[in-house]
Amino acid sequence: MPDNKKSEKTRKDILPLIRNIARDIYSKVLKKKSPDLVFPLRSLSNVKYDSKDGYFELKGKKKKRSLTAATVKTFAQTLRMMGLSKELVESDDIASKREAYYISKNWGESKFKEQPESDSAMDDIESMLMVNREQLGFIPEEKGGEVAGKLTVVDRDQDTGKQIKIDCTKFGSGAYSIPISVEHLKFETNAKFILTIETAGMFQRLVKHKYWKKSNCILVSMGGVPTRACRRFIRRLSDEKKLPVYVFTDGDPYGFGSIYRTLKVGSGNSAHINEFFCVPKAKFIGITPKDIVDYKLPTHPLKDVDIKKIKDLIKNDPFVHHHKEWQKALKQMNKMKVRAEQQSLAKWGLNFVISDYLPKKLKDKKNWLP
Amino acid sequence: MMAKKKQKKRTKVDAKTLAKKQREISVAEFFQKNRHLLGFDNKKKALLTTIKEAVDNSLDACEEAGILPEINVEIIDMNKKQGMKKEISEQQTTLVTEEIKEEDSGSKDRFRVIIEDNGPGIVKKQIPKIFAKLLYGSKFHTLKMSRGQQGIGISAAVLYGQLTTGRPTRIMSKTDAKSKANYYELKVDTRTNEPNIMAEKTVEWNKEHGIRIEIDLEATYQKAGQSVDNYLKQTAVVNPHVTLIYTSPDAEQRVFPRVIEDVPEETREIRPHPYGVEVGMLMEMLGTTEARTLQSFLMKDFSRVGAGTAKNICENAGLLPKVKPKKVTREMTEKLNKGIQKTRISSPPTDCIAPIGAEELEKGLKKEIKAEFYTSITRPPAVYRGNPFIVEAGIAFGGEQNSENSVRLLRFANRVPLLYQQNSCATAQSVMKTNWRSYGLSQSRNSLPIGPATIVIHIASVWVPFTSESKEAIAHYPEIIKEIKLALQECGRKLASYVNKKKRIVAEGKKRDYIETYIPHVAEALKGLLGLNEKDEKNIQGMLKSLLEKQRGKLEQIKVEASEFDESYALADTEEE
Repeated sequence: MPDNKKSEKTRKDILPLIRNIARDIYSKVLKKKSPDLVFPLRSLSNVKYDSKDGYFELKGKKKKRSLTAATVKTFAQTLRMMGLSKELVESDDIASKREAYYISKNWGESKFKEQPESDSAMDDIESMLMVNREQLGFIPEEKGGEVAGKLTVVDRDQDTGKQIKIDCTKFGSGAYSIPISVEHLKFETNAKFILTIETAGMFQRLVKHKYWKKSNCILVSMGGVPTRACRRFIRRLSDEKKLPVYVFTDGDPYGFGSIYRTLKVGSGNSAHINEFFCVPKAKFIGITPKDIVDYKLPTHPLKDVDIKKIKDLIKNDPFVHHHKEWQKALKQMNKMKVRAEQQSLAKWGLNFVISDYLPKKLKDKKNWLP
Repeated sequence: MMAKKKQKKRTKVDAKTLAKKQREISVAEFFQKNRHLLGFDNKKKALLTTIKEAVDNSLDACEEAGILPEINVEIIDMNKKQGMKKEISEQQTTLVTEEIKEEDSGSKDRFRVIIEDNGPGIVKKQIPKIFAKLLYGSKFHTLKMSRGQQGIGISAAVLYGQLTTGRPTRIMSKTDAKSKANYYELKVDTRTNEPNIMAEKTVEWNKEHGIRIEIDLEATYQKAGQSVDNYLKQTAVVNPHVTLIYTSPDAEQRVFPRVIEDVPEETREIRPHPYGVEVGMLMEMLGTTEARTLQSFLMKDFSRVGAGTAKNICENAGLLPKVKPKKVTREMTEKLNKGIQKTRISSPPTDCIAPIGAEELEKGLKKEIKAEFYTSITRPPAVYRGNPFIVEAGIAFGGEQNSENSVRLLRFANRVPLLYQQNSCATAQSVMKTNWRSYGLSQSRNSLPIGPATIVIHIASVWVPFTSESKEAIAHYPEIIKEIKLALQECGRKLASYVNKKKRIVAEGKKRDYIETYIPHVAEALKGLLGLNEKDEKNIQGMLKSLLEKQRGKLEQIKVEASEFDESYALADTEEE
């Protein structure tokens, strides 16, 4: 298990890192040597999985960007982006990914045409420095996820810095929204577990019927693939309060391979920060192919992209490689050629999920997936 | 409904009645019916043909006399100028220039053409016949490379002028500096095909020697396409030793200057080669020869026939070498012709042809066509049907030439531009059958390539085979097509290496531009990251540039060497055909 105490680098540590890289380039230029930038290769092929560590770790593969005709533009852009990061850190400011993209419009010919280009440069820099983009002063656009249930979040007032306590049982039919940066948060809870849910619809049903009260838990809505903030929030909360984490998704390759896998062990693209942005202790209590059979759930046929995703997971995903159970489940789904959504449990009554499925599944460890 | 025809009984006509209708056909009548054969199909072409015949004659005469030609061509729209007296020029040419009369007004298509050269002139006695008797000339009977061949040209123009305006042609000729010039006003007697001298006198002409001819004719003038302007321009391309001064009907003067100071080498006249002679020609030669025996006839009247070859021919023909030429019958001539074809005879001599020369052709191209790359070649002599010939080709590529259209093809025979019937010409066929794609031009099947290029093809021969009498398209002899294609391929290869080099350099240049665009950004970013000053920033830029130079090597340069080109002289090129 990764040591959560081994805290991330503070923003002040970032400046020397940036300066070192710039100085290295400068000295090479002065010696008339072609300067280069070196990044870890950000892809699934460059990560390994070990259940002892519990997350995707980088293997050694590196990508070198030398200054040539083909790379000079991205080279200049990467350096510009580092410069922006330096400014942000020095002035203790932040820029959203979108804002960073717009700032680049001042850079003449080295401006970014589309935001994916600037996002990619940002990813390059964070992997090069082995830091999280929030530490560089860049924040994402999307929300972190929603929380309801037996949890009090301790935050600070944005102006006065005074402590604020947020009681997540008091949002009525709404929910607490996870902020973009969660490092400073503290938690107070006596819940027994954290239940993370794929869809906002299912989350709403559980909130409406105060499922968290009934089973003494904290509910987190991920809304698809969990954001970094969401992953980090769940990780810190579960580590500090020693809570088990259960994940409830649709029974399809996307729910297994993208949502659950990313929450539990991280992704290939952000391998350099997975150590802090994953929840290795998470367990899967979502819809499995076996559930589809056992509960006689209504299904949809697998689409071509689903079948491709299953094959890809079995063939290329180090996490699936490691777990026979997952391979078995994926193969079974491939054979059945069908998938089922969380909401399909409604076939047996709207509250079947609360009255039967979840209580039963939470007790029945045999039917969890790792 | 067809009406029933009444069968009318035909009356018989006897020979005497028929004989009343039979009479000599006048040249005028012949001309009227056959003007298309002579290049006077329409008013536009009549103007071009008139100028072409006069200029071709002047060039031939100058070269024969070893004079660097300087030719003045002037076209006057008489309708525009009517009532105006021509200004007196320094050369006192106004002496013979008639006033443009009242009567010319309203006759819209009436032009006056004046061509003046600095050639050797023509002796007094010959002037009337040369200009006012059809089919009179020195060139038809010889095998010698020259521009004119049939001797029809200039007298046909005189006749045409006379038929369309009723006016005589005015000729002035001076043969040496000391004597006066001879002045004639001439018409062709349309019944007898003899010169009709309307006026004759000697005049002062302050010019050492030369000819000046002035014809009034019905014509239409057009600037673009198959025009006088283009004919003159193309003439300038393949005759870089000529200076042409042209005054158009719009009174614009254009000079095509000389860039070579040597008169082309004199060409030798040769006897016919046996392979190029047909039965009728053989019979005529046998009838007029001075030789006593068949063997000596073959040796004396043909090239490349020695005693041995002559004997072989006789043997192969089954004829006695001793037989008298006058006694050879038509059947025997047939046998003789077959015997000739069976016998191996060495190729005709080729020193009778004077090509333009690759270097000279290139100079001509450079001065008249603005391009960025020029190449040209002269093939070694080859032979078709016993006639030696030389093919030359050149390409002017790029520059301001249109890259969307087909290439421009300039065709020449014995240094004379061919403006009509391009598609039925062996040159165009050869261009179409050459694969230009491998030389960097685009081309669809069996058509001219597309690209910013001018292709020049010149055929020089003692007898250029034309498809018709109007000398507009070269006949499709396989030997000729083969030579043209070889010439084009050779030029094409040079073109390809230029085009490829250019592509390479352009691509490399783009890459460098790209890099140089971003170098300042790298430097500026480093300046910001490390807190450097402006001097350091400049230093980084310099370092990165020299680093790049080291990486990619020195950029190759391509430069156009066309110092001969002068914009003001080459204006005529801007028109599209």
